[in-house]
Amino acid sequence: MTPNLVYVVIVGVLFTAGIAMLLERSLTRVLMGMILLGNGVNLLILLGGHAGAPPIVGAAPGEEMADPLPQIMILTAIVITLGMTAFLLALAYRSSAMAGHDEVQDDVEDRRIMRLAETDQGSGTEDDR
Amino acid sequence: MLAILVLHAFAALIAPVLIRLVGNKALYVLALVPASTALVIDDSRAETYDWVPHLGMDIALRSGPLQSLMLLVVGGIGAVVLVYCASYFAPGDPGLGRFAAVFLGFAGAMTGLVLSDDLLLLYVFWELTTVFSYLLIGHKPEQAAGRRAAMQALVVTTAGGLAMLAGFVILGHGAGTYRWSEIAAGPLPAGSATAAVLILAGALSKSAIFPFSFWLPAAMAAPTPASAYLHAASMVKAGVFLVGLLGPVLAVTPAWQPITVAAGSVTLLLGGWAALRQHDLKLLLAYGTVSQLGLLTVAFGAATKAAVLAGVALLLAHALFKATLFMVVGIIDKVTGTRDLRSLSGLGRRMPALAAVAALAVASMAGLPPLVGFVGKEALFAAFEHDPLVLAALVAGSILTVAYGLRFLWGAFAVKPSASIAGPARLSPVLVAPAALLALAGVAVGVGAPTLDRALTPYLQLWTGTTDHLALWHGPGLPVLLSVVVLTGGAAIFVGQRRGVRWPEQRLPAADGVYRWLMAAIDRAAVEVTGATQRGSLPFSLGIILAVLVVMGATTLLLSGFRPDGVRLWDTPLQLVVGAVVVAAAVIAARAQRRLTAMILVGVCGYGVAVLFVLHGAPDLALTQFLVETVTIVMFVLVLRRLPPRFSERPRPLRASRWLRMAVAGAAGVVTSAMAYVAVSGRLAEPVSVGFPEPAVSFGGGHNVVNVALVDIRAWDTMGEISVLVVAATGVASLIYQRSAALQRRRAEQTVPARKAGWLLAGESRESIILQVVARLLFHTIVLFSVYLLFSGHNAPGGGFAGGLVAGLALTIRYLAGGRRELNAAAPVDAGLVLGTGLLIAVGTGAAALIAGGQVLQSALVDVTLPLIGHVHFATSACFDVGVYLIVVGLVLEILRSLGGELDRQHSGAESAPEAPETPEMPETQREKEPV
Repeated sequence: MTPNLVYVVIVGVLFTAGIAMLLERSLTRVLMGMILLGNGVNLLILLGGHAGAPPIVGAAPGEEMADPLPQIMILTAIVITLGMTAFLLALAYRSSAMAGHDEVQDDVEDRRIMRLAETDQGSGTEDDR
Repeated sequence: MLAILVLHAFAALIAPVLIRLVGNKALYVLALVPASTALVIDDSRAETYDWVPHLGMDIALRSGPLQSLMLLVVGGIGAVVLVYCASYFAPGDPGLGRFAAVFLGFAGAMTGLVLSDDLLLLYVFWELTTVFSYLLIGHKPEQAAGRRAAMQALVVTTAGGLAMLAGFVILGHGAGTYRWSEIAAGPLPAGSATAAVLILAGALSKSAIFPFSFWLPAAMAAPTPASAYLHAASMVKAGVFLVGLLGPVLAVTPAWQPITVAAGSVTLLLGGWAALRQHDLKLLLAYGTVSQLGLLTVAFGAATKAAVLAGVALLLAHALFKATLFMVVGIIDKVTGTRDLRSLSGLGRRMPALAAVAALAVASMAGLPPLVGFVGKEALFAAFEHDPLVLAALVAGSILTVAYGLRFLWGAFAVKPSASIAGPARLSPVLVAPAALLALAGVAVGVGAPTLDRALTPYLQLWTGTTDHLALWHGPGLPVLLSVVVLTGGAAIFVGQRRGVRWPEQRLPAADGVYRWLMAAIDRAAVEVTGATQRGSLPFSLGIILAVLVVMGATTLLLSGFRPDGVRLWDTPLQLVVGAVVVAAAVIAARAQRRLTAMILVGVCGYGVAVLFVLHGAPDLALTQFLVETVTIVMFVLVLRRLPPRFSERPRPLRASRWLRMAVAGAAGVVTSAMAYVAVSGRLAEPVSVGFPEPAVSFGGGHNVVNVALVDIRAWDTMGEISVLVVAATGVASLIYQRSAALQRRRAEQTVPARKAGWLLAGESRESIILQVVARLLFHTIVLFSVYLLFSGHNAPGGGFAGGLVAGLALTIRYLAGGRRELNAAAPVDAGLVLGTGLLIAVGTGAAALIAGGQVLQSALVDVTLPLIGHVHFATSACFDVGVYLIVVGLVLEILRSLGGELDRQHSGAESAPEAPETPEMPETQREKEPV
């Protein structure tokens, strides 16, 4: 199967833009990055099936029908994205209500372990060894 | 035999309850459970039950003479120790319920281990005993020493267990079966020599053989009854048992005998040596156990008929006398509060019965006639008559055994001028009886040795060499002479030690130190690796993941030698036009500084993708994407009005890290595009979906292939998906409602009849009356349309998702027109109720198919004639779609209530001032009520 070049380019751009936003610290921006990335992934899946008439029996002859399998998978993905968007938005709001901003902070425990590593210490569980 | 295992599991479960209800006396009843093991003692019985048939794993149980002997030890001593526990633990001890449960669980696991014929099953029980032992050693989790000892035992024995598992896999893979009875019957599989060494690592670590000995003395942190049972009588014998079980086949491998005999001899001597230096009676016994386990390993490892016979007798003897001695120490500890032999004095005079019991057990340990210990030791000396080196080690070890046995008796019971602690004059007979019973059993087995001999004959046939017999008197010979040497030698050492001959303060070789060093090194390495990889920064972690994607993906692509064979620009030129819009919107969105700008551009991307779906021939996707995108925009606007207008108040300089991020993003985009290109080019086979349309009609009862598949072949995925939606909705509610009082108030508001508040709510506040009236006029039409979409979805674009989203949009319009009161008027139900009903219908449809005799979620075609409507032909999966519809409606309703209504309330000033969160308010965003 020869790929549709327009799709290939769109997928690449959506991935780039989505990842660029994903690597930021503002949770709303991360969320928008996820949405862009999600659209990119959906198109990537769609790319795997050939285009054609809507896959409705009787509306078009079988051989002219678009591949229904990628569509079935994408439909699930679209709706899941909605649920995830709602959850992350609520999280961003909660974060900004509690902390005054919606930026993802560094993990405190990870920072602690980094300090231990820098000072060549153990994990502090020597008592139980 | 399976019934016994189930009985143990059941007893372990009810033990805590029973003890809470009845008290310590419940242990007398529970003791019947291990005692019932005697019922399955049988010389040859095999049972098989299916377990994981497609992996070829069965619950294969088999019993023979060796198993019977072990069961006698495991069940019999288990029962006696449980009886002992009833008086050992103080009435009302809060830890007793847990202790009894774990104890019974262990007894069951040990029984299973002994009976397993399948090596993998044996491994499962093996590890179970390790886990239960861990729990018993750490019985007092507040004590650091106990936790440390428990962890040490767990790490050492599990590490050995893993090696053993590898050995089992080599054997099972080579032989084509994991059934030991079948492996033993066939030729030795390839790789058996390696397998044997690995298995020995497991067996020797479990039996605390050098260099793994150090965990056993530390394990004495367990309550004394647990030490008596696990760390003397039963669990530590598992390794020896395994040597006895596999030895008849694996002893021919080159390393088997050298390893077992050498490691066993070293352990015998080191353990005995260390025992002589101990002041704590329990530790003295623990080192004695280590020493005796070495002796048993030598006997079984030597793999001759005579040696194994002696080994079996000694195994039984050790279980009896060592459990007795531990129980004696437990009693001394209980009544005097100490186990230090330097503090105890005059206990023998005050508690002569206890002293007599202990003396009987020590006599068996030292090898005095007519006890079973004597029978075993005589047989052992006879078996090694022609192996002077090993014989010398055995004699030396036995001399040490006699010496520390005397040291134990003297330490516990003798009158010492320097010490003062003595116990009460009278001891409860109930407390002493279990120990006395086991000590007397030592005499009985000694006298009845020929019976034991006969019972073991079939097992001994498996081994090579000449048969010997167990008896109290073999006539004069080398063994008797050696016994005399052993007894006099041991007594001499004891007397010498008492007379002040300095006992060399030599420590056990530093295996313990190696363990500690290793654990500390692992810990340090873990800290370094974690510190280097987990920087705690989300962008950093994501960046690492993406960098791996780029590097691995690019390498694979470059190495694949892919040559593009032609290019197709588009299916229709319109794709280029729409694509350009999507690309531009995405790039600008990524650069936007304002939230609203970015959000609108992301929305444009989404709509653009929806148009691409239309052009591709995917009307269902397009419909759903349009609707989802609209709901998403509404959602964003609802939340963004409460957030600062810009992502960051700080300026964003183009620092190195930002360039790096952009580079990673760009590289990931390019690699993904390339992978997409290559993957699609590589598609040669006919898609599986070619066969979809026909069954969609004949089985699914619908013409829309996509929607039929969603509720039919992909029904499980859809079920998972709607569950995610329910969870997401619940999560949203719990994040937004910060107090449960707010949720309760919401429930009350929802049920207020709309009419009480007047027909039109607008006008009271800022909302537009015109918008509200129009929304009301449209509402029912839109809801009706959503139901049409739901039911027509089987044959035309639509379905549960699209229908639910349309109904959700109808609610959204009502909310936007009149706020949360208008929303309550439109949907006077709790979103949770809608979600729950939806999930119930979806699950119910799946279950109904099961009840009707089909598979879960299987659909059927039904033809019914309804009054007024007439003949209806539908698929039961339509009911499933109704559940999907309701869940989507519930999700949107929850979003509107939480992100809409509750946020309005939290920010509407006086009414909710006390509950308002501390948000830096943006006055200009507060009035942005009407979105887009």
